[in-house]
Amino acid sequence: MARNIDIELQVSRYSPEQDLEPHLQSYRVPIRDEWVILDALNYVKDKIDGTLTFRWSCRMGICGSCGYMINGEPKLGCATFLKDYAPGPVKIEPLRNFPIVRDLVIEISDFLEKLKKVKPWLIHEGSNGQGEYLQTPDQLEQFRQHSMCINCLLCYAACPISGLDPIFIGPAALALAHRYNKDSRDQGSAERMATLSHPDGIWGCTFVGECTRVCPKHVDPAGAIQQYKLAAAMDGMKSFLMPWGKR
Amino acid sequence: MDSAAARARASADGHSSTAPAYTEFHPRWYRPRISTYWWLGRWPYVKFILRELSSVAVAWTVAFTLFQLWSLSQGEVAYSTFTRRASSPIMIALNVIAFGFLLLHSITWFNLAPKAMAVRVSGKRLPAILISGPQFLAWFAISAIVLWIYMVRT
Amino acid sequence: MEAKKSHEPIFWTLFSAGGVVAALLLPVHLFIFGMAVPLHWIHGPAYNLLLSLAQMPIARLYLFVMCSLPLFHFAHRFRYTLYDGLQIKHLNEVVFASCYGIAVLGTVAAGWLLWRI
Repeated sequence: MARNIDIELQVSRYSPEQDLEPHLQSYRVPIRDEWVILDALNYVKDKIDGTLTFRWSCRMGICGSCGYMINGEPKLGCATFLKDYAPGPVKIEPLRNFPIVRDLVIEISDFLEKLKKVKPWLIHEGSNGQGEYLQTPDQLEQFRQHSMCINCLLCYAACPISGLDPIFIGPAALALAHRYNKDSRDQGSAERMATLSHPDGIWGCTFVGECTRVCPKHVDPAGAIQQYKLAAAMDGMKSFLMPWGKR
Repeated sequence: MDSAAARARASADGHSSTAPAYTEFHPRWYRPRISTYWWLGRWPYVKFILRELSSVAVAWTVAFTLFQLWSLSQGEVAYSTFTRRASSPIMIALNVIAFGFLLLHSITWFNLAPKAMAVRVSGKRLPAILISGPQFLAWFAISAIVLWIYMVRT
Repeated sequence: MEAKKSHEPIFWTLFSAGGVVAALLLPVHLFIFGMAVPLHWIHGPAYNLLLSLAQMPIARLYLFVMCSLPLFHFAHRFRYTLYDGLQIKHLNEVVFASCYGIAVLGTVAAGWLLWRI
């Protein structure tokens, strides 16, 4: 049942050919009980201003496309209810700490490069000769939480270090590295350690903890990075105290 | 630079050099600068910076203790000078603030410890309180012992 | 890309150890000598008794650890606060030398003081 109540959206607009910097543009959309921010944006694009540009896809919180800053908080557009912001206004801006291409669309190729750096795939020497890998539920539990990442980049928007230090590898990528290190089928810990035990890798993180707070999939990247630091420190001590041992 | 690359590509794939060279369109991205006061913008960031500034209180406490030990080693007169200085209102105010920051450090430290240690017992992760709880208890116990030693032995 | 092995694990380990020592020991010490005694909540120490207490070998070791490790905790944490808060990462060497310089100086001072107290 539609109610005749409106809410004001203040959406960041930026056109690279016309604007020097982003500015807010106001739209009034109706509030429907079941609407999320994404529905409101699509209403704007359909009925008010077709030039509004934003990313979205699955509208159910699994593709990771529709991350925006909603009233200063990084959130998924498809997972944030419009009526929670009544009477408004709702400020919608592109995710923080990324270059803005246009309106709400950010440039993420830097993140994709960082993701490649952590080698987020199973690294192992040849096959185990026994067909498929076997894994117990306990072994799965070691890394399952960190495998839930949908690469929505809300954590990068929340992490102040990602903004201050452009080469910092960042929460999602580091959490994924940890996910593979903890996977019993993987043998690539040492290989990843060499790239990631570095001031722009895990040591750049100062445990602000915002990444974990905003993650829509409860991946807990902050926890993953701290566990990684502990592993790296113990690894460092072992190779210091026993340099002759095989890594 | 873009047009040179496009021209190189055009000739590399065998087309004649009379084909037009298209340059890729590169939109001008907007990159905002991060202000020095970025951390004042949101309460979680303020909490974070306060937590990090507690390290200054830690350094201050060590300095205070070193000064106390130096006075102790220089004789009774020197130590009573130390006691007098420590009793001045400014010093007391400073130490009260530092003490507040030390408490902030201890509380945040023990609460964050479980995050770094993923202790698993038969597959399930131990609840955080089982890791931070004993640390808090150790803190209270050690503090009580130190206080007791002071009260009894001095 | 970067072949140089990072020494950050060492500094982080010192930071963690210092953090634990600081969290467990420093509050009660500051409470006693910085607040409770000056505010007359508890009695002030008798000089001779405090001195002989500090002169015990176990006390010297305890105080040395208590004064040294927390300074390394401070050095690491404050270094990153300067990088992130004041954005002076380009002054890397200066910041590093200052922070760890303080820690090393304090450690040397503590060692010397407790050796001859």
